[in-house]
Amino acid sequence: MLRIEGLSRPFGGVYAVRNVSVDVADGELRGIIGPNGAGKSTLFNLISGHLRPTQGRITLRSERIEGLSAHERARRGIAIVFQGARIFRGMTVRENVMVGAHARTRHGFLDAALRTPLHKREEREIRQSTDAALERVGLADWADRYAEALPLGQQRTMQVARALCGEPALLLLDEPASGLRARERHELARLIEGLRGGGLTIMLIEHDVQFVSNLADRLTVLNLGEILAEGAPEEIRRNDDVITAYLGREPAP
Amino acid sequence: MSAFLSYLVSGIAVGCGFALIGSGLVIIHRVTHVVNLSQGMYAVVAALSAATFLAAGLPHGVAELCAVLVAVVAGLLTGLVAIGRRGTTPLSSLIITFAVGIFAYAVEVLTWGDQPRSFPGLPGAIEIANVRVQEQYLLVVVASAAIFLALDLFFERAYLGKALSACSSNPYAARVVGIDVTRMGLFAFALGGALGGLAGVLLGPLRPTSFDSDVSLVIEGFAAAILGGLTRPILALMGGLLLGVAEAMVAGYVNGSYQTDVALVLMLAVMIGQTARRPSLDAEGQ
Repeated sequence: MLRIEGLSRPFGGVYAVRNVSVDVADGELRGIIGPNGAGKSTLFNLISGHLRPTQGRITLRSERIEGLSAHERARRGIAIVFQGARIFRGMTVRENVMVGAHARTRHGFLDAALRTPLHKREEREIRQSTDAALERVGLADWADRYAEALPLGQQRTMQVARALCGEPALLLLDEPASGLRARERHELARLIEGLRGGGLTIMLIEHDVQFVSNLADRLTVLNLGEILAEGAPEEIRRNDDVITAYLGREPAP
Repeated sequence: MSAFLSYLVSGIAVGCGFALIGSGLVIIHRVTHVVNLSQGMYAVVAALSAATFLAAGLPHGVAELCAVLVAVVAGLLTGLVAIGRRGTTPLSSLIITFAVGIFAYAVEVLTWGDQPRSFPGLPGAIEIANVRVQEQYLLVVVASAAIFLALDLFFERAYLGKALSACSSNPYAARVVGIDVTRMGLFAFALGGALGGLAGVLLGPLRPTSFDSDVSLVIEGFAAAILGGLTRPILALMGGLLLGVAEAMVAGYVNGSYQTDVALVLMLAVMIGQTARRPSLDAEGQ
């Protein structure tokens, strides 16, 4: 699905991401962990196109994408849910989610002005997939509220719905569980499991090693912009380098 | 009484024109966060072009349509200069649109000279309740009503209207869902050009247009738009009607040279009122 080779991106002489190579298989759930400043979010920004790498290649389904802009990559099936609330203020939850369908719409302004069959069909599909996405994340009851009126946790869930509405091939989740209460975390984990069960390829950045270990097929550990270790969650939790660098303490028995 | 009615009719028609210019401002602001100071220029370019096309022998309708297309091109060019380069802040873009308006003076004076021009509209007049109403006024009102209905349907109902609004609400997140924010902005500028151009060809027969008419037009358009809080085209229509009627009454009963002052005073009053209600006008959009 996604192949990253030798990716580097410095900021003012310091490498935020350095020579990182990652291979994510179709339908895999890959966890990305690492201490603060390890380059996890930078890696996501490089994949989604908000940053350009100075070196390296990114291949999505055998197409080179590192030169494409963010909106072009979204149209090729990469969706991202940010840690912060990247919401459309002044628009309702439903409208926020609806806009997520843009990644797969083909009708233009002329179609909309002339109300062509393509426009009508897509308009109908957008409404259906919006309702389906809202239902799936459990926000249907909130659909007509303004997005900014939602609590932070639900704003993030709304972003997940927005991403799903575009029917992505690869979903990037940047610390979706941070700031959530226990029950919300549990619901989020179930949602992520469900998405993965549906065949979606997911990359998940998470601070909480327990949370991500329960979900991920494989973990990639970043430290100071470089890959420290990679493997199945149980291997990673036994890896001495990881324990020293990432946890900074002896492992729990 | 009949004087009052005829002032009212002309006020409504001219107000529709202000509203068209104002809605261009609203749409461009809604998508790009830029206040387009060259918005009045599109009306000027369209009116002067229509006069030229008609003088060249093009039939009515075709000439006006071509003139609106010229305004669309002018809008698109403004957009390319103002927001074509990624990372231009809305404030820098605002200054650029001002510069484009000044530059357009040079082009207009070279092309059409510096004398005001007019061109014929619908020639007839009909009687409504003992008041003679020029048909051109009715044309302005009917055309504006249709345009505003279409705009409101597009922005409030159609999906693409949502995508356009998303661009200004959060450009970063808009790119994430696959929206080409720059292209959407350029579309807004083209649409703004079209609306300005429509105002120009509709108002052209009612008042002579010269290269510097854009100043009063953009002030009146902005006053109409700010009455509606720069948010929805339909609110700009309300603002435009209020302003047009107020100006017509002042011109009819007091003195015609106070027209722009009416717009400025109304605009100030609304802005003071809005600021009193909220800590800052910006707080809503941010």
